Amino acid sequence: MTDLAVGVPRAAGAGQAPEPRVLDVARVRADFPILRRQVRGRPLVYLDNAATTQKPQAVLDAITSYYTTTNANVHRGVHLLSQLATEAHDAAREKVATFFNASSSREIVFTRNSTEGINLVAQTYGRWRVNEGDEVVITAMEHHSNIVPWQMLCGERKGHLRVAPIDDSGELVLDALDELLGPRTRLLSVTHMSNALGTINPIPAIVKMAHAKGIPVLVDGSQAAYHMPVDVQALGCDFYVATGHKLYGPTGIGVLYGRASLLEEMPPFLGGGDMIRSVTFEKSTWNELPYKFEAGTPDIAGAIGLGAALDYIGSIGLEAISSHERDLLTYATAAVQEVPGVRLIGTARRKASILSFVLEGIHPHDIGTIVDQEGVAIRTGHHCAQPVMERFGVPATARASFAMYNTREEVDTLVSALERVRTVFG
Amino acid sequence: MGDLGELYQEVILDHNRRPRNFRRMESPSHEAEGYNPLCGDRVTVFLQVDGDRICDAAFEGAGCAISKASASLMTDCLKGCTLGEATDLFARFHRMVTTSTDQEVEDLGKLSVLSGVREYPARVKCASLAWHTLMAALDRETSVSTE
Repeated sequence: MTDLAVGVPRAAGAGQAPEPRVLDVARVRADFPILRRQVRGRPLVYLDNAATTQKPQAVLDAITSYYTTTNANVHRGVHLLSQLATEAHDAAREKVATFFNASSSREIVFTRNSTEGINLVAQTYGRWRVNEGDEVVITAMEHHSNIVPWQMLCGERKGHLRVAPIDDSGELVLDALDELLGPRTRLLSVTHMSNALGTINPIPAIVKMAHAKGIPVLVDGSQAAYHMPVDVQALGCDFYVATGHKLYGPTGIGVLYGRASLLEEMPPFLGGGDMIRSVTFEKSTWNELPYKFEAGTPDIAGAIGLGAALDYIGSIGLEAISSHERDLLTYATAAVQEVPGVRLIGTARRKASILSFVLEGIHPHDIGTIVDQEGVAIRTGHHCAQPVMERFGVPATARASFAMYNTREEVDTLVSALERVRTVFG
Repeated sequence: MGDLGELYQEVILDHNRRPRNFRRMESPSHEAEGYNPLCGDRVTVFLQVDGDRICDAAFEGAGCAISKASASLMTDCLKGCTLGEATDLFARFHRMVTTSTDQEVEDLGKLSVLSGVREYPARVKCASLAWHTLMAALDRETSVSTE
């Protein structure tokens, strides 16, 4: 197991280690049609993967095929297409359960994205468990989506939001976190991997710390899940959220894993069709897991597209992806630091795939616009993590983020584009 | 340099390096803070208005080259303007940076160096932040957001 991989790598069969696979980047690139297009007359160098990843042909085909041959609503028709659509939707859920090693697909709730997953837990578990004077603990490296839902909840329930600090390298201060976890803490919500800094948090240790005090843990896996194998049972967390569009799947589909015993006790989220067992004007009763949390017609094609994306990731292998991306990050970290005036934001010992930086005297927006002229797509701004920017005393950063199809040559293109930025600004 | 030169002209780079009127004004008659939540750019515009005339203008804040140069050029142009002229200049500037690139735009003198921003829709807000903040200051609003 590499030091970047959190959780247990999935073995091909009991007792035998899988053959280590090496990622063939040329073959992978051929699977992503968008990588053949040009941007401003130059080959696209897509380094904004932390915002969203590109989609392999297999995902596009799965969605087209569903709409071309199978489209019908799920869970409600006796006709053939409805049965086929239901089977395909169920199969996608099974794929998600396998991908995250949930003990059952009953523990997999489809959402729109990670944000909705976190809001779902805040509005159901949170409203049920957080009362006046209770506390929710998060960390200083969270994305706005793992801050605002808890602020809203604490405002409504008269609870308190507590924030565990990070150090100058962007690592969570574990002792301080431990001190914050107290008798009134009802939930710890923490990111698996920071979108602004790249830091990977030691989730098993954090979960152990919280569980020792009887505190459930939600892990935001938006950034982590496409970079490293995630095994929710090995992590030990109670909730895990992820978003399909960063897992090489379509936008509009996300995943919430929840421990079945908790999901069963929790009140439902949205009310409507599909989430009920029976309805009268006096009272309704709730459907079984996971449907209790899925009101209305789901994003059927999205779920099927996500299933195809997970199949695709499986065919490449997350270990191979991790290893390839680690090589790129090491290479890029060294190369970008060669550019005079560069300061890296986020230098944790355990990082993946994200290189956030500032250039002395040049605003990240200007960097973004100039490198775009070279066909290089990076993200510039606060990355929906304004408290992180404040912590490091910068209004914004430039962020290059890598995925399985990126190459060292693309890193070289980024670096020469950064040189051009310096030339423009003299 | 091609298209990029249209945006990052020497005048803009110069105003970015050495912004004019970049200072906090003690007891201004008008003041407002502008914020672009998309990128975190902040600018505070200060005015000293005497009767109907702007006799001094200054700004401070943090932002990209485009927003800083725009604020610098704006404050330079405002000095000596009447309030009516300032409002009119806002409208003309706004038109210049939002008119589609295939159409002619009015020559606004040294402000015209910012017309290249039309090629970059994501950057129009950078150029107009200071101007929206100016309008908020004149309207006696304390803060404005460009989103």
